[in-house]
Amino acid sequence: MIKPMLVASLLASAAVMSSCTDQRSHTQAVYMLVDTSGTYAQEVRKAQVIINYLLGTLQPGDSLAVARVKSRSFSEKDIIAKVTFDNQPSRANVQKRAFKDKIDAFVKSVGGSAYTDITGGLIQGAMFLNETGAGTKTILIFSDMQEELDKATIRDFPIKLQDIRVVALNVVKLKTDNIDPRRYIGRLEAWQKRVVAAGASEWRIVNDIERLDAVLGRG
Amino acid sequence: MTSSQFWMIWPGNAMASALILFAIAMPFLYAARKVVHELFRSIGHMIGGPLRLGARWLFATARDMKERNKAVLLAHGNEEVGQHIQREFERVGALVTRDLEGYPALQRKVLDEITRVEEDYKKCGEVPPPPPDWVEAVSGIAKIKSEHSEMVKRILEEIKRSVDSIHAKALEEYRRAYQSRHKILNGFMPFWRSLDKTMGQVDKKLTGLQDTSARIDAQMEKYEQINKKTDKAEHALTVSAFTQFAISALVLMIATGGALINFKLIALPMSEMVGAGDYLTGGLRTSEVAALVIIFVEATMGLFLMESLRITHLFPRIANLNEQMRRRMLWISLTLLVTLAGIEAALALMRDMLIADKQALLQSLASAQQAAPADPLLARIPTAGQMLLGFILPFALAFVAVPLESFIYSARTVGGAALVMLVRVVAFVLRVLGNLVRQLCKVLTTLYDVTIVLPLLIERVVKATRGGAAGASRPARGT
Repeated sequence: MIKPMLVASLLASAAVMSSCTDQRSHTQAVYMLVDTSGTYAQEVRKAQVIINYLLGTLQPGDSLAVARVKSRSFSEKDIIAKVTFDNQPSRANVQKRAFKDKIDAFVKSVGGSAYTDITGGLIQGAMFLNETGAGTKTILIFSDMQEELDKATIRDFPIKLQDIRVVALNVVKLKTDNIDPRRYIGRLEAWQKRVVAAGASEWRIVNDIERLDAVLGRG
Repeated sequence: MTSSQFWMIWPGNAMASALILFAIAMPFLYAARKVVHELFRSIGHMIGGPLRLGARWLFATARDMKERNKAVLLAHGNEEVGQHIQREFERVGALVTRDLEGYPALQRKVLDEITRVEEDYKKCGEVPPPPPDWVEAVSGIAKIKSEHSEMVKRILEEIKRSVDSIHAKALEEYRRAYQSRHKILNGFMPFWRSLDKTMGQVDKKLTGLQDTSARIDAQMEKYEQINKKTDKAEHALTVSAFTQFAISALVLMIATGGALINFKLIALPMSEMVGAGDYLTGGLRTSEVAALVIIFVEATMGLFLMESLRITHLFPRIANLNEQMRRRMLWISLTLLVTLAGIEAALALMRDMLIADKQALLQSLASAQQAAPADPLLARIPTAGQMLLGFILPFALAFVAVPLESFIYSARTVGGAALVMLVRVVAFVLRVLGNLVRQLCKVLTTLYDVTIVLPLLIERVVKATRGGAAGASRPARGT
């Protein structure tokens, strides 16, 4: 008689405990696209600084992936490194060190590409972020936001970025932008329109890396 | 005509219209005077009555509460003073057992010393030398005339020489006897000192006993005052409760500060044990809750330890345990407390290691030049300090039970007094409101009469006329 009661009470207490636990995900997932096309490949050192900053900021349980943007970016092969940090802080630190080593190796060997497929990278990033099931999902685009596709690549269709924040980083001005700033403004507005239409929760442009703190602050 | 002017009998002249309407309404108002007065009185009773009733009930409740508070306070005071007296008696008992247990031996020692002193005193008493038998013979010979007899002269000289030598001998003996008596008297000194010391000890112990008796007397007087349920005793106990409440609240605040430091010390390393990514609620990590639970368990163990030591009496069940069970509980809670303190020390060490690891990672990420490693001794001091703090804080937290008990007991008195005060204030407000409503109704009744002053004047004149006519007709009828 006592044994079933004990089992029942244990089950009940387990149910109470599980109902007390917050089921929402408090983790954060960041997918960073690094533009390596043309002259923008020179900016990759700045991207390394941002990645290091992310490694220092992200907490155990968070996810991080870094992918390159090249002629066609909708591929897992373009992901340079990806990781979901362990719940134990010490193990997470070990993972962060390994991640940093991979990025260092990438920075040393990076080469420019002919075209820039940002849309493909965004679709790939959205898929990765949705798989993580994180509470806060962010795509960082380290690019001049000038998309250039070859004729065979098709990207002119609506994309889905529900519940994802999209942050454009270090959007440098091109020579043509200097001649006519409306091109720069128009380019950013076009991206904003596209991202918002895709259902993104937020669109931001951060050219000063110091302000990244406010963007990546836990909501 | 707009909708707001529909009532105007004299269009465009609001004042005149109002006056005309008032004049028309006046007879009706006069006719309804008694009813309206009754209405006002009823309203006054309807609102003021319950308010006054409520005030009376609240005053009675406050009185009851005060009585109950007094009973609880006196009972608690009775218990406390009773325990105090019991402790004082135990102390006196211990004093008597410890000091007066050796009293027969002490008395024997004193008597022995006195006996020895007496014997020695007797020994040193002055014994007058016995008068020599030949004194009378010598005095007879001394009467013989010796001026003309050579022989007598020579005999007397011989006698003188013999007497002188005997006298010198006797004097020497006498001096020797005095010398020996002085020696005996000199030997008295240590005995006198010992006697003085022993008597001093007795005096000290008896004075201590007297002080304790005085304290018991004071407590007994307090006890009697409480038993008599005097206001003085109640006032003294209330003041004491307020003081205890303030002091224990202050100590508890300090203890809370200690608990927070403790929490900071173990929250980070707990994430290594239970994971840093799990959340119980929106902003509360599981690791933080685990750290809090450890601190609460430590406090609880401390509470049980204090209960087992009979320092606090929050749980009557523990206080009523038999001696063997109480000892078992004491050792179990102490063992758990020591174990938890050890765990905390280990967690503090882990915290230091985690912070160092994180710091190293951040330095490597910043690509900055590696800082020169700190002196190993300097690096170890904070680690050792943290570990020591982690070990000590659980024991410090254990003592929270003492102010907690004071806080709980005094909070009953303070809370009760505050509640009585609150109820009295509410009762006073209700009473004032009740009176206000009644007075307001009276004022409204008078105001109503003021508005119909004209018909009232006419009524008075008519009554006076009728009264006058009746007065005039009455004597005429009589004549």
